Amino acid sequence: MHEVDMTRSLVLTLRDWWESQPDRPQISRVHLRVGDFTCVEPAGLVFAFDAYREGTFLSAAELVVESVPLVAFCHACQADYRPEMGLHYACPTCGAPMEDIRSGRELKISHIEYQNAHRETQTDRWAVA
Amino acid sequence: MHQTFDAALEMNLLHANQAGADHNREHFNEWGITCLNLMSSPGAGKTSLLEATLSALQSELAIAVIEGDMTTELDADRLRRCGVPVVAINTGRSCHLDARMVSGGIHQLKTLVDPQTIDLVVVENVGNLVCPAEFEVGEHAKVALLSVTEGEDKPLKYPVMFREADCLLITKTDLAPYLEVDLDRIMANVRQINPEVAIFPVSAKTGEGLADWLNWVRQATGRSIQPATIQPGDRVATLASV
Repeated sequence: MHEVDMTRSLVLTLRDWWESQPDRPQISRVHLRVGDFTCVEPAGLVFAFDAYREGTFLSAAELVVESVPLVAFCHACQADYRPEMGLHYACPTCGAPMEDIRSGRELKISHIEYQNAHRETQTDRWAVA
Repeated sequence: MHQTFDAALEMNLLHANQAGADHNREHFNEWGITCLNLMSSPGAGKTSLLEATLSALQSELAIAVIEGDMTTELDADRLRRCGVPVVAINTGRSCHLDARMVSGGIHQLKTLVDPQTIDLVVVENVGNLVCPAEFEVGEHAKVALLSVTEGEDKPLKYPVMFREADCLLITKTDLAPYLEVDLDRIMANVRQINPEVAIFPVSAKTGEGLADWLNWVRQATGRSIQPATIQPGDRVATLASV
C-alpha cells in the first residue's frame, strides 16, 4: 500500500506550500495528475488522503485525481500511439519498441483551490497537523 | 462570500522523496561512491547474485551493502559472511525502501566504515516488482532482476519496473532446461518497454553469464572492464554521466 507513503509525501509538500502563504488559506481542493504508466492507484490515494486530512490544515480539502493515459511516440512512424497496458507496448504499426513516452508517467500536484482564511470567521478551527 | 483562488503548483507528488534521494546522491558523489539499487520480486535471487558479485569483485572494489528486508536480518547475515559492511533496514510493513530509510542506512554505515574508502554501495531493495520502481533512493543506476521461473509475461504486467531499469539480469538460467521458458521472449518483452536496457542472462549458481554483469558493474563504478564482452549500446551509468 505505497499510496499511503505517497500521500504522506503529498501532505508534506502541501504543508510547505500552506505554511509559505502569509494568511494560511483554507484549501478546498487539491488536483493531482496521475499517469496510467505509474505504480499508483488513484482510489488508494483518495482513501489515504481522507484518512490523513481529518483534524489537519487539509480537513476541508477534497482530492481530485485526473488520470493521464499512456501515450508513446514512434520515431519510425512519426506518430503518437496508445500502448495496450499489460499486453503490448511496441508500436502497433511498425513494431518499434516504446522509446519516447509522451504522457502517462505523471505524478504531479497540478494545482490547489483555496479561500483566503482571513475572510473566514472560523479560521481558528483549522489546526496545524 | 469568499473568493476561490487557484494556485498552480506543478510539483512532483514525490517531491519530498525526490529531494531526499538527491541529497543521498550528493553524499555518494562527495565520497566517490557509485550506488546501485537492486530490485526484483521476492525470491528472484537478489541476495544470491550479491553473494556471487561480492566474492568476485571484493578484491578489486570496496563494497558495502544496504539491505532492505521487511522484518528479518536473514539476508543481511548471509551477506555479512562475505566479509563486507552490511547495514540492515527493516522496513516493517512498508513494501519498498525510500530515500529517508536509505539516508538512515547511510548514517549507520558511517559507524561501520569510513565512506571515503568505499567504491560501491549496493542497496538491496525489498522484494516487490511494483512500488520500488517509483521511489528513488539516491542510486546512480537501477538494476532489476527477473528469474526464469517467473514467466515471460512479467515485463508486460509490471512495466514500470522494467522501463526504469538501466540493467536487467535474467537470473537462475541454470533452471531454464527444466522449464518451458523462452528466454528470447522475455528479452523481446523487456525490449518493447525499454529498448536501451542492458540485459544479462546469469546463473549465480553456475557462474554462467556473470562475467558480463561484473564488467557492467566495473564500468558503472568508472573502472576499466575486463576483456570486452559488453555489447555496443549497452547503457551504463557512471558518476561522470549523471
